Amino acid sequence: MGLLSFRGGVHPPHFKEPTSRHETLKAAGPKVVTIPLSQHIGAPCDPIVKAGDNVKVGQKIGEATSFVSSPIHSSVSGVVKAVKKCLTPSGEALCVIIESDGLDTLHENVIPKGDIKTLSGEEIKNIIKEAGIVGMGGAGFPTHVKLSPPPENKIDTIVLNGAECEPYLTADHRLMLENPQDIIYGLKAMMKVLDVKKAYIGIEDNKPDAIKSMKKALKDEGDIEVVGLHTKYPQGAEKQLIYACTKREVPSGGLPMAVGVVVNNVATAAAIANAIKTGMPLIERICTVTGKGIKEPKNLLIKVGTSIKEIIDQCGGYSGNIGKIIMGGPMMGISQYTDEIPSTKTTSGVLVFTPEQATLPKPKNCIKCGRCVEICPAFLQPLYISAYSLNNMFETSEKYNALDCIECGSCSFICPSKRPLLQSIRVAKREIIAKKRKTK
Amino acid sequence: MNNKLIVSSSPHIRSNETISSVMRDVVIALLPATLAGIYYFRMGAVRVILFAVLAAIITEAGIQKLRKQEVSINDWSAILTGLLLAFNLPASAPWWMPVVGSVFAIAVVKQMFGGLGHNFMNPALAARAMLLASWPVEMTSWINPGSDVVSTATPLVMFGGAEAPSLFTLFIGNHGGCIGETSALALILGGIYLVYRGVITPRVPVIYISTVAVLTFLMGGFDPYFMIYQVLAGGLMIGAIYMATDYVSSPVTPKGQIIFALGCGVITSIIRLYGGYPEGVSYSILLMNVVSPLIDKYTSPRVFGEVK
Repeated sequence: MGLLSFRGGVHPPHFKEPTSRHETLKAAGPKVVTIPLSQHIGAPCDPIVKAGDNVKVGQKIGEATSFVSSPIHSSVSGVVKAVKKCLTPSGEALCVIIESDGLDTLHENVIPKGDIKTLSGEEIKNIIKEAGIVGMGGAGFPTHVKLSPPPENKIDTIVLNGAECEPYLTADHRLMLENPQDIIYGLKAMMKVLDVKKAYIGIEDNKPDAIKSMKKALKDEGDIEVVGLHTKYPQGAEKQLIYACTKREVPSGGLPMAVGVVVNNVATAAAIANAIKTGMPLIERICTVTGKGIKEPKNLLIKVGTSIKEIIDQCGGYSGNIGKIIMGGPMMGISQYTDEIPSTKTTSGVLVFTPEQATLPKPKNCIKCGRCVEICPAFLQPLYISAYSLNNMFETSEKYNALDCIECGSCSFICPSKRPLLQSIRVAKREIIAKKRKTK
Repeated sequence: MNNKLIVSSSPHIRSNETISSVMRDVVIALLPATLAGIYYFRMGAVRVILFAVLAAIITEAGIQKLRKQEVSINDWSAILTGLLLAFNLPASAPWWMPVVGSVFAIAVVKQMFGGLGHNFMNPALAARAMLLASWPVEMTSWINPGSDVVSTATPLVMFGGAEAPSLFTLFIGNHGGCIGETSALALILGGIYLVYRGVITPRVPVIYISTVAVLTFLMGGFDPYFMIYQVLAGGLMIGAIYMATDYVSSPVTPKGQIIFALGCGVITSIIRLYGGYPEGVSYSILLMNVVSPLIDKYTSPRVFGEVK
């Protein structure tokens, strides 16, 4: 079977070699964890512990306040020191600070929940919800919400995202090599919840060993298909991935469920398996710590709430001067101004650049080369949206379909004039959405 | 961690390609044609090329100094404009002609409209059109290749006559004409390099040249010899590969580029076969340059997932 793909996209250098062959190591237990109460898209959780309380591993410390939300659990056992606002990778948020006693005593609720053969779909969905499982690819959309489509949307396909198209990151790659069974178990659990018969696992062909590993683990499953994807960014973008696997186009402004598809990350599937098999909620994940600014790049299994500084120290610390710390990959990650922030459920990578790598070239005039039009995976004309945005003509930006931008950053990457294309398109999107809210 | 961190919005990496690398690639692609021009037209070609390029660089730097802007002559774009203008002049042109042309191209067509990226026409072609209108005699005193200056006509004028060059002569460029336009071979070599380097897509040159081929075949009495002659002679190769593909003055949408190339081909054929001039490449590209923004406007691509 040939490689599947979408139209458009760019080929940034992979930079995956430093960590792709390193087995995932368990990070040393943190002494203190700072667990944000908002690690997902949707309403932040309400804290249900207070300073002085004793907590155990897997104990719920934040209760979801609405349907689109996801509970938060303690990743260590110990004493709650404070519940206060702290800096997190996505800005300031309420956090629970817990001092670990180093014993990692399990909470009474952390017991096996049964087997997907005997559990009903509704029960599985409830386990997923209670385990605080969210999309681990980066956005952190609560998984149980994805698994609750409105009745008018009949889901017939699940796509598992193992593309890992972001340069540098190898967390999903390692997971597919080291734990393919859990990924498949979690996928089957989701298939049962949605009563779906067909599933794809999409993996970029720069990870032939991961494709082989998943295929081997799958050998007797006819309804789950491992598909090799052309290595191209953003192959792992939801709509592009759906197109590559099923040739269905998610309508503009719509969700994948509109074409009968639900997409989940491979790491999310493994977390679901863990929640069902052991009862352990989502309190740790694999994270790739890499970049020229790190002495010993590694893939680490880290507990939610561990300080980034501590994680970097476990990778030999910084190598020389550093210029930029990015949570996530270089194409869509968020740059930070300090390393005193906790890791979250969606921290797939910590990337550290040297000052030379971090310095961005000066933008020049647009020469209308059309590269951005040629490569835009959403088929937009970034140069025009950006030009109108920079002149505060947001209505014209909207006419050029600014809201269809998936913010993959391919245009800014490819631009020979080094123009801030995505950056200005983001401004336009924000203005357009703000204006729409106002007129409503 | 004692130094300050840089914070910016994603993406955090950029491709290696820059304006200078793109422009430099085009200049490199023009090297075979430059060498061919110098080989065929000797010192006359060297003189015209030198004056055109130097005048372009000095004008660009001077205006940017005057306007207190960053001098950007190291982005190769002024060099490229000078070189392309020289390619469009006869080797017999007096020294001041390339100078006047380059100053006009850079000062009026490029800088007056805002510099790089803002010219609405190809500067080199606009300058050529200006020179042709102002000094028609000097602009059309063609000489034969070789060391002794023998005046001649261009192949497009000579077609059918006893002195008309053979197709092979046309292909290698051993005939009268502008400095850079004669050798189809050298120009195609450069074009292949540009496609290989990803600087241009074959879309515009292939459609442009094919359109001229088809139309001259149909309108020229179904004569394949006439068709190949038309494709190889005159400025079609240099126009289609290097001028019509100019980023700034051509459409950005793929569909727009197809319309642009078709338009160039149609206008070229009509001017050549029915117009008052023997050559129509430069005017056809200039005309299509002017409608490029309009073409872009009406060829917006279908957005991914757009509901029809």
